[in-house]
Amino acid sequence: MEIMYVLWLRQVRRYFRSGSRILGTIGQPLLLLLALGYGIGAIYKKAGAGNYLQFLVPGIITQTVLLSGIFWGLIILMDKRFGFLSELLVSPVSRTKILLGSAMGGATISVMQGVLVLLVSMLLGFRPYNWLLVIPAFGILIVVCVALACFGAGIASIVDDFQGFQGINNLLILPLFFLSSALYPLDSVPQALRIISSYNPVSYMVDALRYLLVNQTHFGLRKDLVVITLTTVAAISFAVNRFNRIQM
Amino acid sequence: MAKTVIAAKDVVKRFGEITAVDNISFEVKEGEIFAFLGPNGAGKSTTIKMLTTMLRPTSGELRLAGHDVTRERDSARKAFGIVFQDPSLDEELSAYENMELHAALYSIPSGEREKRVQDLLELVELWQRKDSMVKTFSGGMRRRLEIARGLLHEPRILFLDEPTLGLDTQTRNLMWAYVKRLSDEKGMTIFFTTHYLDEAEDVAERIAIIDNGQIVATGTTPELTKQTSTKTLEEAYLKLTGESIRDEAGNNDGLNFKMALRNNRLR
Repeated sequence: MEIMYVLWLRQVRRYFRSGSRILGTIGQPLLLLLALGYGIGAIYKKAGAGNYLQFLVPGIITQTVLLSGIFWGLIILMDKRFGFLSELLVSPVSRTKILLGSAMGGATISVMQGVLVLLVSMLLGFRPYNWLLVIPAFGILIVVCVALACFGAGIASIVDDFQGFQGINNLLILPLFFLSSALYPLDSVPQALRIISSYNPVSYMVDALRYLLVNQTHFGLRKDLVVITLTTVAAISFAVNRFNRIQM
Repeated sequence: MAKTVIAAKDVVKRFGEITAVDNISFEVKEGEIFAFLGPNGAGKSTTIKMLTTMLRPTSGELRLAGHDVTRERDSARKAFGIVFQDPSLDEELSAYENMELHAALYSIPSGEREKRVQDLLELVELWQRKDSMVKTFSGGMRRRLEIARGLLHEPRILFLDEPTLGLDTQTRNLMWAYVKRLSDEKGMTIFFTTHYLDEAEDVAERIAIIDNGQIVATGTTPELTKQTSTKTLEEAYLKLTGESIRDEAGNNDGLNFKMALRNNRLR
């Protein structure tokens, strides 16, 4: 257990030492909240759909942890490229422990960023529908962050260079975000988009948070939880599998 | 008679069609300083990677301090320390934190950690800089820290893969002085690769030369020069491995090697 703690601590220490990283991952969600929350919010209200900021915040929190989780994978890639991973891989510790300890660190960072975005949203006028339900929402956020950190680690295990990772970002993260229920209600979009979004696990992550934070849901919490659980199991298996195959 | 601590027997490593290491056998005795030389692409790195459990041999047997590197991997891993060819420190952590992390990886009892870390950082003259981030260190300081880290779990064998690459003469001399001291005082076995033949001549007690995946000669410098009727180790080395430059073949091999690696699951 100690080794997992030490690897977790390594990630968290590195994060707090890098002010630019904290700002970098917060900047984009803040921009989206301001531009979309206020920009589109007015039209949304005019269309009689209610308060857009309330609708948007769970989506932006998910986007934050999605970015943070996948970009945390960059650290694994940097470890691989700049040699530190060799030190870990020749030590008498199983690769699974190395991966999981590090991924827990990555997930912790994502959770902190998600919470930070929630706090900033409150400053902008967001209010949870029931304060007690913020606690289970926090629980779901943790699970989602673990899944995404593992996913990021799995991707980093496959990719060999930073350009490749950037490609993954464009091909994977942006569609996962834009083709989910993060920005628009699925009830009123064209059927094709609704079908695509309903095959996107990110939609269910957003939906669960949206249900608990603002009492709006498209799929229903039960279905959300099933998809989140399956996605998390798949992401952990993917990461363990790929990390165990890294060749130095 | 000193015990054998590194034993390679009929070791072969193939990557698809390419045979990187072709049936090599050698032994290194306890406390010996052993140099492993060869041109680029000869099989040095593959051999070191197999010895340090990063690659699994296709066939043959490798033992470190009596432990089979494939079957008793964790015991074998505890028996050696390694200074990699490329830097392998976490630059965002301090020197002390890098040492702490290593101590945890090797389950060094917490009561002993502080003293061992201090002793080693003093040995490599970095104790005053223990709280500095590694990213502020020069190349020589990083190398010294890596050596200190490689010794923290008191391994019986220390692997040094081209440890002086890119270091100035002063740092090189200092580093080899440490290494010799470790070998003399602690009876540690040192296994190193280098392209600087003067280093091998000065430091190594015994030398193996590998070329095209096969060991072409083993012995002390006088034995190798006698065997090849030459005067210096460099002449002997060139006579054994040829004068032609391997870069082009090495690069192609490197590419094929990397592609083969991708398709070959390690563990």
